[in-house]
Amino acid sequence: MQKIPRWADLALIPLLNLLIAFVISGIVIYAIGEDPWMALRTMVEGTILRADGWGYMLYFATNFMFTGLAVAVAFHASQFNIGGEGQATIGGLGVALVCLALPWPHWTVALLAATLGAALFGAVWAAVPAVLQAKRGSHIVITTIMFNFLAASLLNYLLSNVMRPVGSMDPSSAHFLEGTQLPTFHDMPILSGIFDKNTPANVTFFMALIACVLVWALIWKTRLGYMIRAFGKSEAAAKFAGISPFKIIMISMIISGALSGMMALNTVMGYSERLILNSVEGAGFIGIAVALMGRSHPFGVFLASLLFGFLYQGGAELALWTTIPRELITVIQALVILFTGALDNMVRAPVERLFLMLRKGGR
Amino acid sequence: MDYETLLQLLASMIRLGVPLLLACLAGLFSERSGIFDIGLEGKMLVGAFMAGAFAFYSGSAWVGLAASIGISVLFGLIHGVASITFRGNQLISGVAINFLASGLTVLVGQSWFGLGGRTPALENTARFDQITLPFAQSLSGVPVLGPFYAQVISGQTILAYAAFAAVPISWWVLYRSRFGLRLRAVGENPAAVDTAGISVVRLRFSAVIITGVLCGIAGAYLATSAPSAGFGKEMTAGKGFIALAALIFAKWRPWHALGATMLFGLLEAISIRFPDLSIGPLTLPVQVMQAAPYILTVVILAGFVGRAIPPRAGGEPYVKER
Repeated sequence: MQKIPRWADLALIPLLNLLIAFVISGIVIYAIGEDPWMALRTMVEGTILRADGWGYMLYFATNFMFTGLAVAVAFHASQFNIGGEGQATIGGLGVALVCLALPWPHWTVALLAATLGAALFGAVWAAVPAVLQAKRGSHIVITTIMFNFLAASLLNYLLSNVMRPVGSMDPSSAHFLEGTQLPTFHDMPILSGIFDKNTPANVTFFMALIACVLVWALIWKTRLGYMIRAFGKSEAAAKFAGISPFKIIMISMIISGALSGMMALNTVMGYSERLILNSVEGAGFIGIAVALMGRSHPFGVFLASLLFGFLYQGGAELALWTTIPRELITVIQALVILFTGALDNMVRAPVERLFLMLRKGGR
Repeated sequence: MDYETLLQLLASMIRLGVPLLLACLAGLFSERSGIFDIGLEGKMLVGAFMAGAFAFYSGSAWVGLAASIGISVLFGLIHGVASITFRGNQLISGVAINFLASGLTVLVGQSWFGLGGRTPALENTARFDQITLPFAQSLSGVPVLGPFYAQVISGQTILAYAAFAAVPISWWVLYRSRFGLRLRAVGENPAAVDTAGISVVRLRFSAVIITGVLCGIAGAYLATSAPSAGFGKEMTAGKGFIALAALIFAKWRPWHALGATMLFGLLEAISIRFPDLSIGPLTLPVQVMQAAPYILTVVILAGFVGRAIPPRAGGEPYVKER
């Protein structure tokens, strides 16, 4: 018998966790002498109530959907992929190499090729720690952390020594050519009336949505997804059922890395239109919060991505209009990770007791 | 390269290696008790911030040190409550602590000082000065060893000497004391320790507190050491993760931790002193030096050069039989 109903597990507990995280953030804002209500109002006014706010919010949400799905897929195989940051960095390299390789005739072709580049590069960066985990038993959390630093060093080297155009001081690649420019929401029918031409949200948002659906189908509607979940629940049982641990660790991490890498389509191809040093900006880590918050379910990841998109854009507004630095978002993010991830049992136990009491009372 | 340059490199190795050493020993205690701690970075960072802030307010580096240890232990206890009491995921808790530290230090720092996350520079008694050891001047005439004594061994701050003293102490505590035996046992087989009538929870909490104290000293070292004392935004800059790498490199042993952290300190010293190092026809770009600790750790983890086997119960919450 389940201790608590499904809806409580999927909605009530995450919401309670989120509420606690927000209340503590509010206390922090109050403690540094600011007004939490005013902060919340600034954030809401700068995002939900303005079209360009929505543009940024959805732009950020696109990143978080990719990285959140990446963490979620790995979670299902009970692998903690903390290397989304590095995989997205290297994915960006893949995007840039594809975009700079040819004079692409049309953005659709370019996007297709760049998607392959991003996914391939991200997957390779995840595959090395995966092999080490599956074959040598090296802890994947530590190796993926190391690979984050290695990715940063590698990109730094390539941008300052190899890819930097002659005469430029900036450690960044050349600008991409015209043919790789992705249509933003401003260029799309219907949406063009709402979003102006500076909106960063672009066609990759819809790719992220498709990725959500595909991941859902993969995890819950395919044999492979079943194997991944079985392995994640119990390695011993999965082995007994003839599922190869090596195969599952590799496949789940490769998918995870590919998803992280595809985040770069949005930032590198859709926004900066050249490869810069820190285009990931922590989105890989936010993927952890998003996946935890969304209970590793693609729909949950979608909602959590919107929430974090809101927080990110709201944080930028706060930094613009108030004296609260945007690092407030880092604090909220930390609290969300802490309460939904590590302190989940703290909230869960009283809720379970409450439901048990209600059930007994009803009988 | 002449002897003078070598001495400068070694002195710089110690300065860069000491925070790594302290954080590495911190991680050693936690992980030996079966609690993974990827939050070393965060604890050092909040520690450094509090050290910078309180040393500035009080004018005493010692008050800064106390504040650093205090906040670092508090963060350690958050990790303890999450991973020991509520049996949460220790890795996730560590990630949360890193972000909490990274966000709070800027948020609070901006509110207290308005310098964009920095604390004001520390002067005089608000910082730990370099100590000149006895006879450093008079012995510097002795060939080879004299300058080494005067420039490398002498002239560090008191916290650096404390860090080196912490190595034999940690070794003694872990391998020669009853507490250490139990601590190592609880990281390998908590059920056995429990059966012997010793509290797993209490042992693990003590380990987490020791970790907090050492991370606090590491943070204070970063923020209050002369000559340029003061907290800077994100000043730990990944040192906590390098310390974690060193811990694996050292295979969770105190004396090896000294070797590993000094090696990583030396690598960093070289990359600062000689960006784009040329060895014969080969030019090593500065990024290779910076990445070296991570590459070495991955190689060690992969078990190609001696296998690193973590404490067996690491990362597993202990559930007492009911």
